[in-house]
Amino acid sequence: MGLDVLIVDDSAAIRKILQRVLVQADVQLGSVLEASDGKEALDKLKDTKVNLILSDINMPNMDGLEFLTHLKAIPEHKDVPVVMITTEGGQAKVMEAVNLGAVGYVRKPFTADQIKEKLVGII
Amino acid sequence: MQHEDLVSHITQVTQDVFCTMLGQSTSVVQVKMENGGTGEACGVAALVGIAGGWQGTGIISCSSNLACKLASQMLTTEYVSVNDDVLDAMGEIANIVVGNIKTNLEEKLGILALSIPTVVHGKNFATRSLGKHDWTIVEFDCDGNHFLVQMMLIENTKHAVTPRGGFAALHRVS
Repeated sequence: MGLDVLIVDDSAAIRKILQRVLVQADVQLGSVLEASDGKEALDKLKDTKVNLILSDINMPNMDGLEFLTHLKAIPEHKDVPVVMITTEGGQAKVMEAVNLGAVGYVRKPFTADQIKEKLVGII
Repeated sequence: MQHEDLVSHITQVTQDVFCTMLGQSTSVVQVKMENGGTGEACGVAALVGIAGGWQGTGIISCSSNLACKLASQMLTTEYVSVNDDVLDAMGEIANIVVGNIKTNLEEKLGILALSIPTVVHGKNFATRSLGKHDWTIVEFDCDGNHFLVQMMLIENTKHAVTPRGGFAALHRVS
């Protein structure tokens, strides 16, 4: 059974790059879902389950931290590991994300190897 | 720390982002300050706003040709004309560059916030801020093509948050 992943980022470019990194990573990949903000991500999770979420922070409609807060309140999704991938590199944002339940944090710009290393530590 | 420090942050972050995300080395061609705006431009300009104790805007602008090359490099797909993918890639490059400059500046300016990027594509357009604020402009060379990274940042005197100290005003509104 493959790894089902949800990528949440308002940039289609970043979603495409992350999808490419996942395909290249040494993991058995299942489905890759995409959402352009936290609200769309929660909508997609209403009728599907994933094993991993990669999420941006700064997004319109619902940002990544608010999404994380809502996600952790949903029993069937609260244990899904969430890695934040964002330009927000300030210590306060990192701590906020970790306190909300994020298991990893990658700052943009990132390399494919950085993402792969992070996945190895989580999966 | 004033214009020169902002130039230093722009240079270091831009070179790092272009090298890491695009595999492109860049070099500084010239640095200047301009008041109010930067004149007419053609091609693609991606703008990101900064708010908080200091506020302003960061812009990355380049020719349509270079925007296509950068998007092609970033997405490993060849683009020969500007489309939604190219505009999205330019918006994200601006978001990452301005976001990292913002993070660097937060050590001295306090917490700042970023806007969602806005991307403009066309001919003979000009970008300018309301008021007559100084823009720090760094022109880079990227494989024979030039692009600009511009920032305007002013202290928000109405904002309650005290900066963490040490940053002299780049420009005060009179």
